[in-house]
Amino acid sequence: MIRFEPRETVSPFLRVGVPVAAALAALALAALPIMAAGAPVLQAYALMAKGAFGSFFAVSELLSRATPLILTGLAAALAFRARLWNIGGEGQLYAGALAAVAVGSGAISAPPAVMIPLVLLAGAMAGAMMMLVPALLKLRLGADEVVTTLLLNFVVLLFVQMMLEGPMKDPMGMGWPQSEPMADAAMLPKLFDRMRVHAGLIVALVTALLAHILLARTVWGFEIRAVGENQDAARHAGIPVTATFVRVALFSGALAGLAGVGEVAGLKGYLTADLSPGFGYAGIVVAMLAGLSPLGVVVAALFIAGVFVGADSMSRAIGVSNYLADLVVATSLIAVLVSGLFVRFRVRLVGPGRRASAGKDIVA
Amino acid sequence: MSDPLHARPHERKVVLSLAGITKRFGAMTANEAVDLDLHAGEIVALLGENGAGKTTLMNILFGHYVADEGEVRIAGPEGQLVPLEPGSPHAALNAGIGMVHQHFALAENLTAFENIVLGTRPLLSPSTSSRADRQRLEALMRDSGLTVDLDLRVSRLSVGEQQRVEILKALYRDARVLVLDEPTAVLTPQESEGLFATLRQLAGKGLAIVFISHKLAEVLSASDRVAVLRMGRKVADLPTAECDRQKLAELMVGHSLSHSRREPRAPGDVLLAFEGVSAGTGREAVRDLSLTLRSGEILGVAGVSGNGQAMFARLVSGLERATTGRILLAGRDVTAQDARAMIAAGIARIPEDRHRDGIVGAMSVAENLVIEEIRSERYQRFGFLDFSAIAARAREAIDAHDIRCRGGSAISRLLSGGNIQKIVLARTLDAEPMVVLAAQPSRGLDIGATGEVHRRLLAARARGAGVILISEDLDELFALSDRIAVIHRGQLSVARDADELDRATVGLMMAGHAEEAA
Repeated sequence: MIRFEPRETVSPFLRVGVPVAAALAALALAALPIMAAGAPVLQAYALMAKGAFGSFFAVSELLSRATPLILTGLAAALAFRARLWNIGGEGQLYAGALAAVAVGSGAISAPPAVMIPLVLLAGAMAGAMMMLVPALLKLRLGADEVVTTLLLNFVVLLFVQMMLEGPMKDPMGMGWPQSEPMADAAMLPKLFDRMRVHAGLIVALVTALLAHILLARTVWGFEIRAVGENQDAARHAGIPVTATFVRVALFSGALAGLAGVGEVAGLKGYLTADLSPGFGYAGIVVAMLAGLSPLGVVVAALFIAGVFVGADSMSRAIGVSNYLADLVVATSLIAVLVSGLFVRFRVRLVGPGRRASAGKDIVA
Repeated sequence: MSDPLHARPHERKVVLSLAGITKRFGAMTANEAVDLDLHAGEIVALLGENGAGKTTLMNILFGHYVADEGEVRIAGPEGQLVPLEPGSPHAALNAGIGMVHQHFALAENLTAFENIVLGTRPLLSPSTSSRADRQRLEALMRDSGLTVDLDLRVSRLSVGEQQRVEILKALYRDARVLVLDEPTAVLTPQESEGLFATLRQLAGKGLAIVFISHKLAEVLSASDRVAVLRMGRKVADLPTAECDRQKLAELMVGHSLSHSRREPRAPGDVLLAFEGVSAGTGREAVRDLSLTLRSGEILGVAGVSGNGQAMFARLVSGLERATTGRILLAGRDVTAQDARAMIAAGIARIPEDRHRDGIVGAMSVAENLVIEEIRSERYQRFGFLDFSAIAARAREAIDAHDIRCRGGSAISRLLSGGNIQKIVLARTLDAEPMVVLAAQPSRGLDIGATGEVHRRLLAARARGAGVILISEDLDELFALSDRIAVIHRGQLSVARDADELDRATVGLMMAGHAEEAA
């Protein structure tokens, strides 16, 4: 028989070790479909690692892929800390991208020093507004934010498609449903010549640091943690619970919106309805792998980005489908959720026929 | 038995014997080499402070836990003791051990009858109300004096009636040993007396009964024998006739106790006034509450749990708004204030459920000590936390109030109930508020921690604060209160001087007999 006993304290080693083990377990499980696809497993992993870290170009790809994941990961991590379940990162990302295009593709013309902050601000505000509606529905009417944020993803995506087929369609786009290109002054600069990694990475890293400071060192962060850990006690102690939820909702939405700005203004240069391959959803996995820690999000985002980039590269080389990346990401989420059990509980094996008098195998 | 106190030879036979029971959880020893014999027809009180190991011992008896050492033996058909299979509630039930838990294990949407026969018949039995079962149960009710309406759903029964269903459930399974965990925690004094009368009657028919308690009065009045547990060990096992309060209290805590005494004091100005306040709906509603609280007095509010105390406390705490009426604090209308405004206005609130409302368990001791004032200039600058000020405050409070923890950064959830209450007391009372609301402040605490709570409430009174003490414990109310009011079904009686009242009157008022009794 297996018994679970709650742990009194969780060592830092366990806190870091468990998500790492979960990631490794996900990679190990992915060996099965690789074998099923008829490819040599070790070579496939070697190619994945090479594709993600093997060259300056590979690292640049990795970092550009990690940029939106850091931001959507922070969006999820911050909201989840307050027990506000924002599943709408994908929709907020598109809302941010749409706002960036609306402001940055010719409506205003100004030098980059004005345009770039303006585009970032517009995207952040659009994302925040997308989160304000579910937050108010939750607080006023008790509507479950998991449902409202999730469904808004589809609403926003359909709205974006409508705009790209209609008012915002690029007349020079040869009939493709895409927006007009961003003005040069509104584009985030590239960090290196001929590499795709852009200044959005700096924005993401600085944001992660700010989110860490917010949670750990400010009154607002204190209130977010208190509300997340025990809403009743927080309310009793006079913490403004409603205001805290609204604040977290706005921050979270804004961060996901920034991810959309980065993709449009840093990478693509225009908006299409396939801008994001699910960065909003992957951000949830990133946040969970990171244990909802803002600095951990950076590490987790690099791992998930490495899986995506590496799988693409491996797929080109030996023909295993790059859906493998989605599989690894999904499995690592399951693994980290299961591993949460091991962080909180210690597992004891108890022999079935053990007599009461023979109790020598006391808990460690 | 080797226990010298256990001198009187028992003429009655042993039905159950716990021999050398030891149970450890990690580094903590919950029970250590506990021996206990139960005889047919006797009522044994198992007395001890919280965490003394009473419930663990009974859970081993009932097979919820497996003892690390020792065994449970039960009398077989010829009276010889045979070991009971450890870790099997099923075996315990078959051996005739019935347990009434503190939190009842009843299916609320089934009738009393269905609850009682549930599990005694095959799962696929075609009918749930066979005549033979019914007749047997009715005979049982007549014999035992335990009457309930068998056809009512359990959700519609009172707490006392639900407890009777639990006892009937055990008797229906031919229990020879009945274990009750803190059976009076949810009962009025009269209901408790009725329960003990019933238990006495059952014991007269040969049932062996153990009840767990930390209330000295009921142990002295209702038991034949007292076993005292302290820190997992049995420290005494003696006939109740040889005990008195003082002796039992000292056995329980291991040292002699000093009592805090309420000094006479003339009440001062009115601090807090309720004028015809109503709020809430349904069972938790309060209607037309009026009261005045003066400086330098403790106003006791008696009542059985669930009669509107929670709503009353939430109103004073600023967590709930009155639908009608006014609340005045030193003459100022505070009816529509929220929790933060009530704290700022000088109302200290000690919540009833300290784990749910009192502390954020996952946060540190230091963070919980400053949580009410986190926005004050003392602990933050421009929205950034002042960690050194917070740590200094934690050190000061930990030293001043002897909060047992590994320092300010220790996680609060891991502290004992008494130490958690010390955090709440330090946070709310150190700022010397003018009004104190203490809701069930000593519930679940041991004698030492309870004494600390009482000392601090009396200190607040002595410096001129007004204290509202909501409690179900009449001993506590009479020991501390200047005036006592009773809350029943959401209505509050007029507060009267505690000296003019006696326990019986208050007990009757708690049961709803307000006018006749008064």
